Amino acid sequence: MSNEELIKQIETWGFQLQITEEGTEFLTFTVQKESLHDFCLKLKTDPETKFDFLFCLTGMDWGTELGIIYHLASTDLKHEIVVKVMTADRETPELDTVCDIWRTAEFHEMEVFDFFGIRFKGHPNLKRLFLTPDWDGYPLRKDYVDEANMVIK
Amino acid sequence: MEYNLPEDFPGKVIPGGNGGNIVVTALDSVINWGRSNSLWPLYFGTSCCAIEMMQTGASKHDFSRFGFEVARPSPRQADLIIIAGTIVNKMAPVLRRLYDQMAEPKYVIAMGACAISGGPFYYNTYSVVKGADHVIPVDVYIPGCPPRPEALLEGLIMLQKKIKTENAKTKVNPIDGFDEGTI
Repeated sequence: MSNEELIKQIETWGFQLQITEEGTEFLTFTVQKESLHDFCLKLKTDPETKFDFLFCLTGMDWGTELGIIYHLASTDLKHEIVVKVMTADRETPELDTVCDIWRTAEFHEMEVFDFFGIRFKGHPNLKRLFLTPDWDGYPLRKDYVDEANMVIK
Repeated sequence: MEYNLPEDFPGKVIPGGNGGNIVVTALDSVINWGRSNSLWPLYFGTSCCAIEMMQTGASKHDFSRFGFEVARPSPRQADLIIIAGTIVNKMAPVLRRLYDQMAEPKYVIAMGACAISGGPFYYNTYSVVKGADHVIPVDVYIPGCPPRPEALLEGLIMLQKKIKTENAKTKVNPIDGFDEGTI
């Protein structure tokens, strides 16, 4: 399906979406965090879209918001999109897990939790993956401070 | 009679006749000659420098010409550890343990920018050790990102030269009084 057809199809589902093309090869949808899980489930199960492959899950810190970027592809229909979700809450950021939709997200979300401190509602085993269990803070956040190890430039 | 002695052999052979000959040399220099020409490295390749190190061992550059052929991923028989790559905080205790497991005398080569100072990861990173000499004492630093095989060979030959100047009596263990420094 082409990008224009995808936009038309996905707009009929009635989610509150922002659609952008950011100079990349991917069509980008920004979704409200409340409807993230429903939207992802629809993307996967709808026979017109069939996004069965989550090929990249990235944590982001935009300075004020924290969020996740999902790169999705359909191995059957050969189309790809990007879904973005963000939350302004930096103290206890919480988003829905998508690991019940795409199993691969389980480890990716552990990694995002490790480095950005975003909690995932419904994740079966959310714990530190790369860093030590007693690590203080989330090192890939823009406001992370570590005076012992970091030389700031 | 002709003797096929290597050019760099530190001594002279005096023909004694009847097949019996006398070698004249200093014990230190002949031991150092042997040691420096049979340095067995322990590979410690943690990133892209390791690829150049492999190339240095392969047929085109072939560091076994200089006596480095027995390269193993084990500290037990190693004389030398080549740190080829980035050392992160999680890897530092492993590096130190490997170094401690090596038999003395032992030498360390820091290959590439990361092993020298953290290199491209010096600024704004929480996880990279800013130089392998914060973990173990380094003998030879080889700059480059990554260094070419010729540069590694140059570093290895420099280490051989260093070993040839050593004296068994005055040699100290480099880990004694080693200062890890800060950052």
